[in-house]
Amino acid sequence: MSNLSAPTSVSTPVVVPVSRAVMWLVGTAIVAFALYYFIGVDQGAYSIFGKDMHIHEFVHDARHFLGFPCH
Amino acid sequence: MERKLILRGALAGAAAGLIAFVFARIFAEPQIQAAIDYESGRDAAQHELDHAAGLPVEHAGHEIFSRTLQANLGAGAGIVLFGVAMGALFAVAYAICLGRVGKLRPRNLAMLVALAGFLGVYFVPFLKYPANPPSIGHEDTIHDRGNLYLAMVACSIVLLIGAVLLGKRLQPRFGNWNATLLAIAAYVAIIGVLMAVLPSVGQLAANVEEFGRHATETPLPLTDEKGTIVYPGFDADRLYAFRLYSVGAQVLLWGALGLIFGPLAERLLQPRKANTEHPEPVHNA
Repeated sequence: MSNLSAPTSVSTPVVVPVSRAVMWLVGTAIVAFALYYFIGVDQGAYSIFGKDMHIHEFVHDARHFLGFPCH
Repeated sequence: MERKLILRGALAGAAAGLIAFVFARIFAEPQIQAAIDYESGRDAAQHELDHAAGLPVEHAGHEIFSRTLQANLGAGAGIVLFGVAMGALFAVAYAICLGRVGKLRPRNLAMLVALAGFLGVYFVPFLKYPANPPSIGHEDTIHDRGNLYLAMVACSIVLLIGAVLLGKRLQPRFGNWNATLLAIAAYVAIIGVLMAVLPSVGQLAANVEEFGRHATETPLPLTDEKGTIVYPGFDADRLYAFRLYSVGAQVLLWGALGLIFGPLAERLLQPRKANTEHPEPVHNA
């Protein structure tokens, strides 16, 4: 903890100007949320492929570990 | 630069997911199997009761994937891909924070973002809606439970971002330490109110109607019409072990993500590994 709060001599400059990187940042966030949705939620609370249960059954155990509500 | 960071985040996330999966495979998987066995036994007992009472008996649907496949390939793919998704999201948050959250070394920032991810995505929602093994959770309520859980995740992430912004605003007036404490206090207060207001899963209308008033959906003992227990309730110790391992897997995932990403980012941001000579630091408010 002391390491975290100790003042450092170097301050990190702004590396990624959001205005230029916005497409990449937003795109990545959307893909990440889509992945999160398919691993944790689809064919449970919601289902975009109708009554199919393949994704749900395949990642079933991961859903339980990762804390998502499951049947 | 942002592409390099995102790529490193996704890779670090995959590695962290793999570590978390190995842990979960060893510790949590036996608990899942035991919970499934409990559920099967309970269903069989319920069938006996229904049969004796002359009620129609439901038959369970066939399995799509075998248990072996689910426990190894399915769980592995699920956790590794979850790691990739969280790693990518982590990198986006990291890229935005770089240079905007005060004097932090790249490595320390990585650990703080990982801590925020652990709290926001998993642990704070877990406090209200904890992870459950199979056999806990009624089919009829999955829609409501899913919505409540996702609402909790969304609120905890948004409020965490809000807390960071609040801390930054308070910092000039109160100093680093006090501003941080105030921001944490505000976060805890608001999330606490939210947790108090949102219903517990046992209080959902469908559950109250069918099982009466209980806090959770954890199965109670099964009784016949005379009130004799014919099948026990869910083992409390097993539930505790499962939840402990679930938290353990997430601590490992986010911890490994921060620890792997930190040095990668530091090498990317300070290629000459120099603490003294630095490409002119840009001071940002």
